[in-house]
Amino acid sequence: MAIAGIHNTAQARTLPDHDSTSIALVGALGALADAGISPHDVDGVVGTDCAQIALELGLGPCARRPTSLGIPALLDAASLIITGQCHVVLVAAGGAGIHVDRAAAAPWTRPANELVVGYGLFTAAEFALMARRHMLTYGTTSEQLATVAATIRNNGHVNPEAVYHGRGPFSPRDILESRMIADPFHLLDCATTSEGGCAIVLVASERAVDCRAPLWILGGASDSFGPAYTVAPVWDFRPRGDSPPSGLVGARAARMAFAMAGLTPADVDVAELYDPFSFEIIRQLEAFGFCEPGEGGPFVEDGNIGTGARLPVTTDGGTMSFSHPGINAQQLQRVIRAAEQLRGSCTTNQVDGAEVALCSNGGAGALFCDVLLLGRERP
Amino acid sequence: MSLLLPQPAGIPAPRPSLHSEAYWDGCRRHQLLYQQCAHCGYRGLGAFTVCASCHATSPIWQTSAGTGSLYSWTVVWHPPDPSFRVPYAPAVVRLDEGVWMLSAVVGCEPEDLHDGLRLAVEFHPANGEITLPYFAPARAGPG
Repeated sequence: MAIAGIHNTAQARTLPDHDSTSIALVGALGALADAGISPHDVDGVVGTDCAQIALELGLGPCARRPTSLGIPALLDAASLIITGQCHVVLVAAGGAGIHVDRAAAAPWTRPANELVVGYGLFTAAEFALMARRHMLTYGTTSEQLATVAATIRNNGHVNPEAVYHGRGPFSPRDILESRMIADPFHLLDCATTSEGGCAIVLVASERAVDCRAPLWILGGASDSFGPAYTVAPVWDFRPRGDSPPSGLVGARAARMAFAMAGLTPADVDVAELYDPFSFEIIRQLEAFGFCEPGEGGPFVEDGNIGTGARLPVTTDGGTMSFSHPGINAQQLQRVIRAAEQLRGSCTTNQVDGAEVALCSNGGAGALFCDVLLLGRERP
Repeated sequence: MSLLLPQPAGIPAPRPSLHSEAYWDGCRRHQLLYQQCAHCGYRGLGAFTVCASCHATSPIWQTSAGTGSLYSWTVVWHPPDPSFRVPYAPAVVRLDEGVWMLSAVVGCEPEDLHDGLRLAVEFHPANGEITLPYFAPARAGPG
C-alpha cells in the first residue's frame, strides 16, 4: 500500500482556537486534499480521535482503530488495507489545549506509578538513566550528545514551519551551556512542547497509481519491553536471554523492517529519527544498525548526521524545534517529514535524490521503539 | 556543596495498589522486600503477578539484605513538581540479590556518584502512611 496524502497543520506553542480533535480534523482535511481524495472515499480511520473524526466527516459506517499512535497507527492502517477491510484509511492526530498549566514537564511526561512517583521521575530523568549507562559502558560524552542537539535544532532554526524557527544557530557549546535539567541532559538536549495536528492518507496499491505522488511503505515493525515510566529503565534488561536488551529496543524492529524491504542500513538516504532527547539519536543509530554498539557517539561527532552528510537526521528540527504536540502527532510527523523528503518537496534541508527514508518513534527511556521504511519507488 | 537528601513531606507520594501492599508494609517496618517466583526462583523487574520466566502465578515476597551497587543515575536540577527539593538523584540500583530497582541516592554529593558505588538502603517517610526506600553509600567494607 502507499501513502497518498500528508499534511501538517500550523504548529505553535499554543493554538488557542483548537482542541486536539479539531486540529486533528484540520490535518485530516489537509491530507485528503493533498491526496486528491474526497472524504467520502475514506472507509477507515486510525487514531485516538477516530470515532469523532468519523462522525464529523460523515464516514459511518467505517472501520476504526482507536488505540494506536504514530508508526503503529500506520501499520494498523496498512493491515486494514492488506486484509481487504479498507481501501482508503485516514490516520490523523492532534494535540492542543493540553499543555495549559505551564508546568516544567508536560502532563503526559509525569509518571504516577507507585514504584517511581516518589523519586521525582519524569521523561528527562528516565531517558537520562539510559544515557548514563551508555556513557559508562562506551565512554559516550556530553559533547557528542550536544552535537546531536545542535544539529537537529539547527535543522529547525532554518525551517520556517518550525515552532522554534530562527532561534539558532546553535553550537554544541550552546547546548552544554544551557541549564542542567537531568544530568546529562541540559535544557537544549530535551524536546520542546507545542501544539498542532497532522494526518496521513494510506491507500491500496491499485488506487495509488491514480495519486499525484504516492510513496511506498517498504517495511515496518515495533518493539516493546513493557509499559513506559513504571519500572526502572535498565539498559541490560533482557527478559529473553538471547535477544537484544531494552537499551537496544528497536533493534529487532529495524531488522524486521529491513528484511521486509530487502534493504540494509546502507540503503537509507535520510533518517527521520524520533528525538525526545539528544542521546536517543545516538542510541537509535546503534540499534538500527547504522553503526556498531558504542559507535553512535563517534558517528555523530565525525559529522555523519548533518545536512549533506552521509545520513542526515531529523531534518525538519524534530521535537526539539519543529513541533512536539502531545503524545501522538509528533510521532506521525517523523513519517510526514520522510514523505516530504522522498517527494523532494522540503523547502529546507532537502536531501537530493532521496529514495529510501527510515523513520522511528519512541525510545529506550519509554521501553518502546517503532521503525518504518518508506521508498519513492514501488517495491 | 549540594548534599543529596531524602525528599521532604509533601511530594507526590505513591498510592499502593492491589498487589503491592506487602512491599509498602515492609518499607514501614524498614524491610526492603522483593518478589521472587515460588516455582523457578525468577526475580523480576517491577511488581508482577505472573513469572516472566516460567509463567507460574505464585510470586512470593523475600526480604533483601538491603545492599547493592549503583548501576545508573541522573542528577535532577529542574524537577517536574516544585515540591521536590533539588538536586536529587534518581538511580537504578542492582540489589545483591540480583534485582533491579528504581530509587534515589542520598547521603553524598553528586560528584561522589560512580558506576558500581556500594549502597545500603535507608528508609525515610514520604507522608504519614508511606515510607520510601532510599540508598546511601555503604559505610564499611566491600559489602
